[in-house]
Amino acid sequence: MRLYHSIPLLRIVPDDTKFDFMRFRRISFPASAVFSIAAILLFFFHGLNFGIDFVGGTLIEVQSKAGPADLAKMRSTLGALGLGDVQLQEFGAPTDVLIRVAQQPGGEQAQQAAINKVREALGTDVDYRRVEVVGPRVSGELLAKSTIGLGLAIFAILIYLWFRFEWQFALGAMIANVHDLVLTIGYMSLTQIDFDLSSIAALLTILGYSLNDTVVIYDRIREMLRRYKRISMPDLLNVSVNSTLSRSIITHVTVTLALLALLLFGGHAIHSFVAVMIFGVVLVGTYTSVFIAAPILIYLGVGTSRMEAEGPAEKSTARRP
Amino acid sequence: MLYISKWKAIAILLTAAIFCLFAVPNFFPESTVKRWPEWAQRHIVLGLDLQGGSHILLEVDANDVRRQKLLTVQDDVRKVLREARVGLTRAPVIRGNSVEVNIRESDLQAGLAKLRDLSQPLGGFLGSSGQRSLDVENVGGGLVRLTLTEPAIVERIRQVVDQSVEIIGKRVNQLGLVEPSIQRQGNDRILVQVPGLGDPQQLLDILGKTAKLTFRLVDTSMPAEQALQGRPPPESEIVYGSKAENKQPYLLEKRIIVSGEELTDAQPGFDQRTSEPIVSFKFNTSGARKFAQVTQENVGRPFAIVLDDEVISAPVIREPILGGSGQISGSFTVESANNLAILLRAGALPAKLTVIEQRVVGAGLGQDSIEKGKLASYFGGALVVVFMVVTYGLFGVFASIAVGVNVGMIFGVLSLLNATLTLPGIIGIVLTIGIAVDSNVLIYERIREETRTGRTPITAIDAGFTRALATILDSNITTFIAAAVLFFFGSGPVRGFAVTLGIGIVTTVFTAFTLTRLIVAWWVRWARPRQLAIS
Repeated sequence: MRLYHSIPLLRIVPDDTKFDFMRFRRISFPASAVFSIAAILLFFFHGLNFGIDFVGGTLIEVQSKAGPADLAKMRSTLGALGLGDVQLQEFGAPTDVLIRVAQQPGGEQAQQAAINKVREALGTDVDYRRVEVVGPRVSGELLAKSTIGLGLAIFAILIYLWFRFEWQFALGAMIANVHDLVLTIGYMSLTQIDFDLSSIAALLTILGYSLNDTVVIYDRIREMLRRYKRISMPDLLNVSVNSTLSRSIITHVTVTLALLALLLFGGHAIHSFVAVMIFGVVLVGTYTSVFIAAPILIYLGVGTSRMEAEGPAEKSTARRP
Repeated sequence: MLYISKWKAIAILLTAAIFCLFAVPNFFPESTVKRWPEWAQRHIVLGLDLQGGSHILLEVDANDVRRQKLLTVQDDVRKVLREARVGLTRAPVIRGNSVEVNIRESDLQAGLAKLRDLSQPLGGFLGSSGQRSLDVENVGGGLVRLTLTEPAIVERIRQVVDQSVEIIGKRVNQLGLVEPSIQRQGNDRILVQVPGLGDPQQLLDILGKTAKLTFRLVDTSMPAEQALQGRPPPESEIVYGSKAENKQPYLLEKRIIVSGEELTDAQPGFDQRTSEPIVSFKFNTSGARKFAQVTQENVGRPFAIVLDDEVISAPVIREPILGGSGQISGSFTVESANNLAILLRAGALPAKLTVIEQRVVGAGLGQDSIEKGKLASYFGGALVVVFMVVTYGLFGVFASIAVGVNVGMIFGVLSLLNATLTLPGIIGIVLTIGIAVDSNVLIYERIREETRTGRTPITAIDAGFTRALATILDSNITTFIAAAVLFFFGSGPVRGFAVTLGIGIVTTVFTAFTLTRLIVAWWVRWARPRQLAIS
């Protein structure tokens, strides 16, 4: 017994932390508004770097058999094939090259012909590690399906929260959520990370995680609302956020550690997925649940009915001579 | 909350142990597992992105199906009207999605009645859906229009997919590939997945061919060039030669002597004189009889072997071919002769199929992904364990045990479902380690808080669990909803991510509610702490 008591444990957040998060809403709300608008503008004017999953085309990953790949030479060889836009990039190691060939006009068979041309041009100097061809019909469907999926997820979660909490909580969580997604999409536009099927998975996971965080805080707020009838709403929110702060931080540190391991050792194939997750979960998710999801409840009128119920009681005591 | 009966404790440990045990077959080589009883053989299947392989999505060409169906309707119209001796002012023609025919005014009613009989009720789920295969419309002035209905096309496409799955199965099996999977996808698609196939060129060659083979006589009444410029005779048409035949035009009779359906066998071989690759074939009895008759009557005339609207060879009949077997030589390579033999043995596809999606991963990349995924998982797990122990001491060890069991159970459930593990699936597992820890963090932080309000360790632990579990349930259900949506809307590897994330959430809730509580309860009973290390 004595042994564990003598080991000092890491205490990230002191027990009596009383940080005034609610005051920050005067900074965080306008800041979030500005960032969200910037993200939306980025999306419309800078656009996303759609991968072949959504715009169709061909993706070929090759590994040079003898030493580092000569990108310049490959670029000129493939550029001379007349396949339209051909992009080459080093992929993880100097021997590995990712080749992206734009969608070929002339339907599904033209895509196949394009691969054969590339294979002929590159000859036997390279190993083909991965070849993906997505035709125009499939890519259109994948985009539509993913958009519907994302919308449906938000809707389903909204319904669930509405059943479990009051509607203001559901709405607050929803605003916080859409805010997360908008900022993450802005980040993807800014960095021009490949936006493919796995990005949709990343967005949905960010959605789940940031909600997870929001729900933990909302749970506490609901409990406090039931227990303390006389504390003002901003104070009550502050206490709730402060008392869950330690948990939020520890949890996010562990998730970040897991994500960092993936980023460092998971290989190049999942790099963009993990980068997006780190941005969404760690940077945005945490900030949102504390600085947006909780204070927004003030504006959505949570607890006002409670204040009104107490209001007349106080007035009647005041009138008493 | 902290008291757990002995039976409950046994049930909890047994459940955890059984699920973890189901993961065991994954750690033994397949040859060893094969000798175990069948119920113990269930294991995780590696996705194509991890073991390497080809994923090819084919779509039935709806236009081709429509065209064939219209040709059949045109034939039927011609036949029934001729049989009923209905006079025509214009022969049936295909226009858009309809067949139009002009009937002499006096025969109109009789003709219409016959044509209406052509429209058949479509079978729905309950025998009849009330829909019919053709809309027969009396436009006026003797013009009758028969339009294909959309349900008729959909129904036909469904049949085409069913037949194609079977034929593709035969073709793929002939290539000697290991464990190919061929499935219908939706109404008009077929998914072919072949693990371990890193270069699908031959497979694509074989899937892309309809392989409709016909033997037809060459029409020698005029040279093909003249028919091209003028008008070919009504019962003949121009068919071009294959690339090896320099795309030369041939004037062929429309009448088919024998078609590929009447072949009983086809084998690749070599010509004895020229030692060129050839394909030798055998007809069935009726095919042999028809072929014998036609060749007897047409000695000295050329006939053509047509594959998918291309003449591959047009030899002259030197003598009657009576034995019902023969050979095709048409500038084959060894490989293309072999492919053609496979196609002929498996039979023709009922309609054209196009490759609309193709994903091929080489075995090397798959192996790399597995190695990197393992490395990331070990490091992720180790970092999390160290962090938890530094933060919570002994309770951090409890959390780590719970997470370990959690991951074991995820593998167990995946094995039990024979689920497919993909690269995103591995990410899902690593992330689950993060979420699983969260449930412990929620409980411990709550215990800390409860202690601060002046509770004794035991009541604080009790209250901490009770209050934290409601939160754990709420927060996990929201993530689970996201995973479920991802499962239904995702495709391929992304689906694998949804599967591991979803299973991970369920096992997380299980361990938080049972195992973690059990460990803490036992510890409290054994140590009877007066003070908690974490508070």
